Amino acid sequence: MEMKLDPPWQRALEQIKTWARVNSPWVIHYNSGSCNGCDIEILATLTPRYDLERFGIKLQGSPRHADVLICTGPVSLQSRDRLLRIYEQMPEPKFVVAVGSCGISGGAFQGCYNVVGSIGDVIPVDAYVPGCPPRPEAIIHGVVALLQSLQKKDAAPQSVEE
Amino acid sequence: MDAQQIGKGKFVVPIGPQHPALKEPGHFEFTVDGEIVTGASVRLGYVHRGIEKGAENRNYTQAMYLMERVCGICSHVHATAFALGTEKLAGITAPPRAQAIRSLVGELERIHSHLLWLGVAAHEGGFDTLFMYSWRDREVVMDLLEGLTGNRVNYSVNVIGGVKVDVDDAQRDAILKGVDFLEERTHHYIKIITTDETLLGRTVGVGVMTKEQAIELGAIGPTGRASGLERDVRVDAPYAGYKDFPVRLVTDEAGDLQARFVVRMKELLESYRLIREILDHLPTGDLTVRAPRRIPAGETVSRVEAPRGELFYYIKSNGTDMPERVKIRTPSLCNWASVINLAPGYKLADMPMILSGIDPCFSCNDRLIKVNDRSVSQVWTWEDLRQHGIEYYR
Repeated sequence: MEMKLDPPWQRALEQIKTWARVNSPWVIHYNSGSCNGCDIEILATLTPRYDLERFGIKLQGSPRHADVLICTGPVSLQSRDRLLRIYEQMPEPKFVVAVGSCGISGGAFQGCYNVVGSIGDVIPVDAYVPGCPPRPEAIIHGVVALLQSLQKKDAAPQSVEE
Repeated sequence: MDAQQIGKGKFVVPIGPQHPALKEPGHFEFTVDGEIVTGASVRLGYVHRGIEKGAENRNYTQAMYLMERVCGICSHVHATAFALGTEKLAGITAPPRAQAIRSLVGELERIHSHLLWLGVAAHEGGFDTLFMYSWRDREVVMDLLEGLTGNRVNYSVNVIGGVKVDVDDAQRDAILKGVDFLEERTHHYIKIITTDETLLGRTVGVGVMTKEQAIELGAIGPTGRASGLERDVRVDAPYAGYKDFPVRLVTDEAGDLQARFVVRMKELLESYRLIREILDHLPTGDLTVRAPRRIPAGETVSRVEAPRGELFYYIKSNGTDMPERVKIRTPSLCNWASVINLAPGYKLADMPMILSGIDPCFSCNDRLIKVNDRSVSQVWTWEDLRQHGIEYYR
């Protein structure tokens, strides 16, 4: 549902939405074929030493409540459809962070018969975090860099061609 | 999570593959009658990548990196199993110091894995405080692993013929200090899991598996040992440094979820003892022996004890620098039968705890299984497998 207001009010509404989104993005995590290394590092960023929640970031269970999809691993044939489905279920505007070397290029699994490719081959990705696995600091840096870029520009709606 | 009605008063509750409880994809269907689960099934394969076939196109050094990435939690044991098997084929033995360091890193990895599991299992039970505390303490062992190997996960310690990293005095002191701290914390956790009323309510008498059931269902690792099954590859068939540094078996008779907590925590204490002993009596000498690039033809089996149970590698060489066949059988796969068979009769709310009770690792267990018709012999090529994958998941 899109609200249509007079241009100045509409602009103000967009600014409020961006402010809210940047201050408290809700994150969903999906493993599309990763070795688990990145997943435990994502989990580690939520725990006391790194504490991602101090940026207002909350890990969410349902794609329908999420603003940011953190995705790990190469995309396997079986999880490809599920990844697309999760992405489609997320409300606009939505952002994707690909964590780990596999998410960027397929990594060590490049060319394996059951691997479709990188996450960018299946859904549009906004931020990449390299590393095998990336350190928790790097994951935090990636998410914060994404949030800072949202402050600068109003996010354009995206959709996936299928 | 939605429910679909089948028959009268019975629902099937599908969970996954993306779900808030576990961080890895696995699909479960529980048939429930009211609150009570009457049937369970599991669908795996979301993280099947084709590693075994991939290893056939890589030489032994490259395959080692691939094997480490079978599983990010227990990457070191995979590499150890592969290295031990390949060394057996090549007819070489890694020097004693290398073997001891393999065991040392293996035990540090077991500590990180068990603490990780304690947190995740507590989280499934709704005890997030314990989750946060155990993961905070886990950072201590992550620091030790990083200091020793340079990476927090996927340490890449093994090479064929030895290890890459050495332990110097500063690292030795750091490890001993870290282990002292963790031992104190582990005693605290044992006190919590045996006395905390909320946790006892979720674990005592839940998911009970008798010793007979454990044998019948093929349960291994801490899951089996919590049911009194005396099986541990480190004890039964010592490999690497465990020949010189014997392990004391930890078992429990109760067979319920609480026993699985207790066994894993007591295994931590055993790991601390073992680490101290290895560091006190670390053999001197070289770290590697020279390994041939082409491995002589032959086939071998190598078994190691992963944090979740027995890990099994079959390696066949055809005399070139690439393996002809690598078959991996991981512990999580063996323990699934216990979950599916134990789940009926318990409440749906207990399912996350019972699931996490076996410490499932999906990236380990998503392997292609083809039941072979003995009359025909078939060799799968890369293209065949790719086509099979596309057809299967269509």
